[in-house]
Amino acid sequence: MPLNIDWQQILLHWMNLAILTGGLYFLLYSPVKKFMEKREEHYRQMDEEAQEKLRQAEQIKADYQSKLDGAEEEIHQARIKAQQDVQQSVQDQLAQAQAQADQIIAKAQDEAEDCRERIRRESQRELREMASKAARKLAYRRGADPFDQFLDLAEGGGADEER
Amino acid sequence: MKQHKKVLALWLMAILLLLAGALLTGSPGRSESVQEAMRDAVLHNVNQISLLGLKAVNPGLISAFTVTGILLLLAVCLRVFVIPRFQYTPGRLQLLLEEWVGLFDGMAKGSSPHRCGFLGLYIFSAGSYIFVGTLFELLGLQAITLHGHNVTLPAPLSDVNAAIALGCLSYLVILSGGIAGNGVKGIGKTLKEFSLPISMSFRLFGALLSGLLVTELVYYFVSLSFVLPVVVGVLFTLLHALIQTYVLTMLTAMYYGEVSERPHKPEDGQKTNN
Repeated sequence: MPLNIDWQQILLHWMNLAILTGGLYFLLYSPVKKFMEKREEHYRQMDEEAQEKLRQAEQIKADYQSKLDGAEEEIHQARIKAQQDVQQSVQDQLAQAQAQADQIIAKAQDEAEDCRERIRRESQRELREMASKAARKLAYRRGADPFDQFLDLAEGGGADEER
Repeated sequence: MKQHKKVLALWLMAILLLLAGALLTGSPGRSESVQEAMRDAVLHNVNQISLLGLKAVNPGLISAFTVTGILLLLAVCLRVFVIPRFQYTPGRLQLLLEEWVGLFDGMAKGSSPHRCGFLGLYIFSAGSYIFVGTLFELLGLQAITLHGHNVTLPAPLSDVNAAIALGCLSYLVILSGGIAGNGVKGIGKTLKEFSLPISMSFRLFGALLSGLLVTELVYYFVSLSFVLPVVVGVLFTLLHALIQTYVLTMLTAMYYGEVSERPHKPEDGQKTNN
């Protein structure tokens, strides 16, 4: 063959290249590539997790923003409710005080009525006693025993009538 | 300062002594003329080596087996001692390995995104083989020929058989991509590029052989063996190792992607619009 081309040696070179390719595949190419893919997958997963966390953070931020926006209205409503509660409480206390006052007045009126009645009875009793005393004084002022005078009157009523 | 001057003086003295020794010792005598040496570098029909006593082969084949052995030994060491200690934050060696694999894998994905699994492995293997094989000639390993002479093992691809083997194998890989991607149409697409195996084989052979011939020529004459080999032996070898690796892998990936790509079918909407 020209140029000393030898097909047997070409086949030996092919065999050599086949051995080299297979050996490099199992020893170097495949393990290094697998490691690189594993690392790529690791970082891709980390990136996905970071994206997911970022999305969650954005969601939380939006939630808090909406809550902040609603808080103004809530505060306003709470203030109105508090004012209504205070007014209601004042009304209740006023009503309670009015009821207590009415009770006190009624009790005072009852007591005053009782006192007046008692005083009236006392006065009547004292008047009766005073009238009795006065009658007795009038009777004893003539110097005789009223009973004797009564008896005298009962016995000599005719003489007197004759006089 | 004085210390530096002393070191410099010693260094220059050593260089002069070695130069004088080399010139005074002289050459043991040339066993062949420059024409014979260069003819043998091209044809390898004189200085052949016995392959385990079975067959006389070119020194390039022995170089090819040696390069494969070195690469596989390196791969075993890396697999046992380095790869199990890989971390998500890579160190220098890990970065180098990942770059080595990622370069060819990325090239395969870029040229043939639809079908790149086997292509990535093939150009990784072929690229490593070409690069390490080309640098292999710098080691200057010696072998004994059938005639009992010492020869320096050349780069494997400076042997025309190795270059043809790699060129044709690359063409077969491209053909397999065409068949896998497009079936019979893929075969037709690949056969259209019938000059590829010849061009790839002889491009590799020519590039590596020219380096070998220049190196042979330079080392043939003692007077050219000082300083000049640093440029032609190391820098040029490094340069064309990189270039040949890039050229063959890029061509293989590009043609593989071209023949394995499925034809774009127009969508239904476009059909009705047209």
